[in-house]
Amino acid sequence: MRLQRGLLVPLLLLAVTACGGGTSGSGGTTPAASGAAGGGAKTKIVIGTFNDFGYQSLYQEYEKAHPEIDIVERVAAAEEHHRRVATNLATGKGAADIEAIEEGWIGQFKANPDKFHNLTELGADKLASQWPEWKWKTSQSKDGRQLGLGTDVGGLAMCYRTDLFAKAGLPTDREQVSRLWSTWDGYIETGKKFAAAKLPKTAFFDGPIVMYRAILGQAPTGLYATDDTVVVETNPEVRAAFDKTIEAIGAGLSAKITAWSADWNAGFQRGSFATIACPAWMMAYIQEQAKNAAGKWDIAAIPGGTGNWGGSFLTLPKQGKNPEAAFALASWLTAPEQQAKVFRAKGNFPSTNKLYSDPVITDFVNPFFNDAPVGKIFSQSVATMNAQYLGPKAGDINTAINNALTRVEQGKQTPDEAWNQAMTEVKKIL
Amino acid sequence: MLRSWLYRLDTKASPYLYILPFFALFAALSAFPLLYTGWVSLHDWSLLEDEHAFLGAANYLTLLADPAFWNALFNTVSILVLSTVPQLLLALLLAHLLSGRLRGQTFWRLSLLLPNLTSVAAVAIIFGQLFGRDYGLVNWVLGVFGAGQIDWAAGTASSHAAISAMVIWRWTGYNALIYLAAMQAVPQSLHEAAIIDGASSLQRLRKITIPAIRPTIIFTVIVSTIGGMQMFAEPLLFGGGQPGGGNDHQFQTLTLYLFEAGFGRFDLGFASATAWVMFALVLVAAAVNYLLIRRIRST
Repeated sequence: MRLQRGLLVPLLLLAVTACGGGTSGSGGTTPAASGAAGGGAKTKIVIGTFNDFGYQSLYQEYEKAHPEIDIVERVAAAEEHHRRVATNLATGKGAADIEAIEEGWIGQFKANPDKFHNLTELGADKLASQWPEWKWKTSQSKDGRQLGLGTDVGGLAMCYRTDLFAKAGLPTDREQVSRLWSTWDGYIETGKKFAAAKLPKTAFFDGPIVMYRAILGQAPTGLYATDDTVVVETNPEVRAAFDKTIEAIGAGLSAKITAWSADWNAGFQRGSFATIACPAWMMAYIQEQAKNAAGKWDIAAIPGGTGNWGGSFLTLPKQGKNPEAAFALASWLTAPEQQAKVFRAKGNFPSTNKLYSDPVITDFVNPFFNDAPVGKIFSQSVATMNAQYLGPKAGDINTAINNALTRVEQGKQTPDEAWNQAMTEVKKIL
Repeated sequence: MLRSWLYRLDTKASPYLYILPFFALFAALSAFPLLYTGWVSLHDWSLLEDEHAFLGAANYLTLLADPAFWNALFNTVSILVLSTVPQLLLALLLAHLLSGRLRGQTFWRLSLLLPNLTSVAAVAIIFGQLFGRDYGLVNWVLGVFGAGQIDWAAGTASSHAAISAMVIWRWTGYNALIYLAAMQAVPQSLHEAAIIDGASSLQRLRKITIPAIRPTIIFTVIVSTIGGMQMFAEPLLFGGGQPGGGNDHQFQTLTLYLFEAGFGRFDLGFASATAWVMFALVLVAAAVNYLLIRRIRST
């Protein structure tokens, strides 16, 4: 599942569709399992997810195989879901047996691991090899407790418009395009050639937010050191990602559109920008926003080769009364076979090693993106990557830096002024 | 003896019994949370942690020393004024027009309320699109008249204007209906006498109607002010769901500031302190309003 804070508007709409899928929103406030002691009584397992995890048919399959289990799902929009989980954990009441948590929020929850079951104690260590090491470690607390099982990932690629590339006299074949930008410098150089063609109302990339996030995500260390100290100011990689984005803006390549705004959505359709760094979940977003642009978008490799943005985990809050039954369900839902089913139905990109060499993924092409072999492209970007450690407040810190980039882009501040203001805001967040 | 005592008890105590349900609910749902919020505001109270260290007034001192708080207060007041003043003037004018004889009176009066029935989220999403920089309708119209494109969300004044437009659209009709109801109680003979003396429609509005419905105006000003101080959904959705209120917090209102602390950083202690300061500010604003509006003279 995707997610960045700031998707409220599209998510409100998504949530409406998601709820139409036959799930009862929140049902009641007594999610804990009803005692299974009474002979034939069913064990109720409540699972809280957001947006669309694509689990509906899996629940039925599981209930058929385990008649003693009754699964109830609560679905909400991403922000609302995570706020509810935080509140439920704080008040000690109301958390579901299984709660899905997105990468951007997992750091906050990891900082208080006492609220969750250590899945190692339930036998998760035997499953560890299913996931790439970085995915496994992302939901591990500092003291080594395993809080989550990985659901999907958001491998990075670069989406681009073949029609606009052709007009600008650039190659359109994805292999050739990938070769243009093995590095971000190559990307900016390509952008300058694109800009030289002076296509009306079209810029090379959408705006600073997505580009900055993609570059930063490739650094070995990001906003946090592994001991949870914030290194925004001392880690040169952060400023480098900031400066590289400013360089691209300075070269006049940005459409200056704020990500997840109405103009951004319209821009996919109208070709306001020719490229955008694309996590796997962005494919679904582009297809939704730019229905009439089928075949115009294609997907090449990301400059720098690898990277991840987004993806979720299933966790077991300690409030749940049936950790064993909940763990059995969570590990079944995240097993390679089930992840493959979800991928085929919804496109949520799997997080298990085994599938990256499986024909389910490697042979998968997306017709909307000119039959691009997206399975292969995204697996390459996540299978070999080194994960960056995500600390508790990474999301808020990135928001402050995004705002700084936008201020520079709008000409309100110089890069240094914007950076300094962001650093002041970061101190307040901590 | 007993009977008369029971009778006295009935007359004395019953009224209190009748209003008890309200006050019981008020105590449980308003007074208790209010006081508990005060207690929380004195602590380092993170939503995710179990330990809550006592801080005393530290949260309040941090709050008052935070430039972002004063920025949020300025934004709130600015949006409040920009939305309330035109809204109430427009509502008065509309009510005045509708209080005269019109064909299809009920239809016009009912349609006043329609904008108020739409959900805030829908209004905010639609207005967000109208005020889009590249493909927004407002900029398109401005473009037709040769004016340049405005990046509405980027600037302080322009974002305040856009958010105020949502509020005005949603609440003008509602206030007009309240004024209209009050105008029904203004004696028709006053208007007739004024007409004979040759007063114009606007003169009658100013000299007769407004003084006569003064209590209602005070009511709407105070209610709008309280609503404006708590402005939340409009700026939140205008900023794409981010509580920051724009890239330079240029339209972050006090409630967004509170929300960002409480449910973005999960710092409930600080958010509670903000809530109490806001409560005090609302009281001050209501008092100032009352004093100002009281000066509208009765005839």
